[in-house]
Amino acid sequence: MNRIYLDNAATTPVRREVFEAMVPYLTDKFGNPSSIHSYGREARAALDRAREQVATAIGATPEEIIFTAGGSEADNLAIKGTALSMRGRKSHVITSAVEHHAVLHPVEALEKLGFSTTVLPVDSEGMVDPDDVRRAITPETFLISIMYANNEVGTIQPIEEISQIAREAGVLFHTDAVQAVGHIPVDVGSLGVDMLSLSGHKFYGPKGVGALYVRRGVRPTPLLEGGAQERKRRAGTENMAGIVGMGAAIELAVGELEEMLACEEMLRDKLIRGLIQRIPDVKLNGHPTRRLPNNVNISFLYVEGESLLLNLDMQGIAASSGSACTSGSLAPSHVLIAMGIPHEVAHGSVRMTLGRYTQEADIDKVLNVMPGIVDKLREMSPVYVKTECGIKDICAQAHACDVAQPCGE
Amino acid sequence: MYSEKVMDHFSHPRNVGELPNPDGVGQVGNPVCGDIMRVEIKVDDGIISDIRFKTFGCGAAIATSSMATEMVKGKTLVEALEVSNKAVAEALDGLPPQKMHCSNLAASAVHAAIKDYLEKHGDLDLGIDPASIRIEEHGHDEPEE
Repeated sequence: MNRIYLDNAATTPVRREVFEAMVPYLTDKFGNPSSIHSYGREARAALDRAREQVATAIGATPEEIIFTAGGSEADNLAIKGTALSMRGRKSHVITSAVEHHAVLHPVEALEKLGFSTTVLPVDSEGMVDPDDVRRAITPETFLISIMYANNEVGTIQPIEEISQIAREAGVLFHTDAVQAVGHIPVDVGSLGVDMLSLSGHKFYGPKGVGALYVRRGVRPTPLLEGGAQERKRRAGTENMAGIVGMGAAIELAVGELEEMLACEEMLRDKLIRGLIQRIPDVKLNGHPTRRLPNNVNISFLYVEGESLLLNLDMQGIAASSGSACTSGSLAPSHVLIAMGIPHEVAHGSVRMTLGRYTQEADIDKVLNVMPGIVDKLREMSPVYVKTECGIKDICAQAHACDVAQPCGE
Repeated sequence: MYSEKVMDHFSHPRNVGELPNPDGVGQVGNPVCGDIMRVEIKVDDGIISDIRFKTFGCGAAIATSSMATEMVKGKTLVEALEVSNKAVAEALDGLPPQKMHCSNLAASAVHAAIKDYLEKHGDLDLGIDPASIRIEEHGHDEPEE
């Protein structure tokens, strides 16, 4: 069966050109860049070049790039590292309710260490209000961490506005840009951020490698010690093949960004429009316009996300869901819940994220099979009654539920 | 992550739908949790002669509903009450651990339908006290915490 991959926000394949750039650093050019001999020197040259590629792609200088083992490590370093450097001086951190867990969990960990935290709410489209950020700042605040673009619903935050607020207040600002880099323009200068996380496998580079941009003069305390690598900011022999691959991948991604962005947006809008036209009782999650070019997140009311995913998978289509059943926990996506989406609607969410290998024919196939899948599951659903809202009677939160509204009339 | 039996029952669920005039109806779960199962039964001479289900939920929820209806169809009410959520999961060659909690309620829905039948037909003496039928609302065969 011809498979269709619509989970590019989870991970992307390594591009052929990237793979070929990596191979020598696993085999012939295996040297340790800290070594003085010719093997070490050729590795060092490759490391320098990759650092320059990453820096150039985001408008930074090479010394401002710290290579890490991925986006999660970059987030941890930005948050815990900054907190460690501020310990005894300032004690308050601000973040948002829709951050990736690689930000939320380190922030929770800080709380246990005695720091105080503010987790800002978002509106129904997943946006943070910059005024909320301004109001949350206290004399104790040393760090604000707000993501650039949300991994589940694709909402793009007002980063420039927030960074200006942070700068005026003298507070450091970190943004998790893992979903943005390589997909939409990212320039640390115009964004005005102090730290920015990125991850190689989100833009057709390898897994297990990422970076934290740290503006000159900002010094998070290292989390990994034991070597002088990365200017003593992150110990450990460098993941050379990974770093070289990420450098090649980011250069390629940024080089073709505008072309890809236009293409992805066109397919994204075709998919969203097509699903809304073909299937009744669906709801687009996230912001209608300020969203990632490759993100589609739609709730199909009266059905459950995992059942949809399994049916799509049987047709060779790979997607993901914010349903509790797919998370291994009992609660649906914290992002959808923070946006005020009722649990039963969150359970029916499906995320489809496009990529550079997505064809228009793939979108057509999804539009062809989805109505039948949704129909079949709705026929099987006790909460679906074609003529009236079946869910209202059994829903404990019917009073606050926008599913229930049309039937109350 | 799911066994072949689960996928078989998920993709070809047995006994889906509703009955014209059911003798008993049972519903468990809630939309917040993400799983709702409704079971309708026909009872003749103390035997479940026909059964249908409708389920809102994940793959495990649909597969357990299908399997539970197969396991109790043609059984006496007493026998059907002995079919536990755990037994349904075992008949499907097991479920992933996190699914045992929320999505394994199908036997409970059957029990609820039997209880409903007994309460509606209080004049019949089948030797079962409907008050003694405990409905597990969260798929636990063991008490929690």
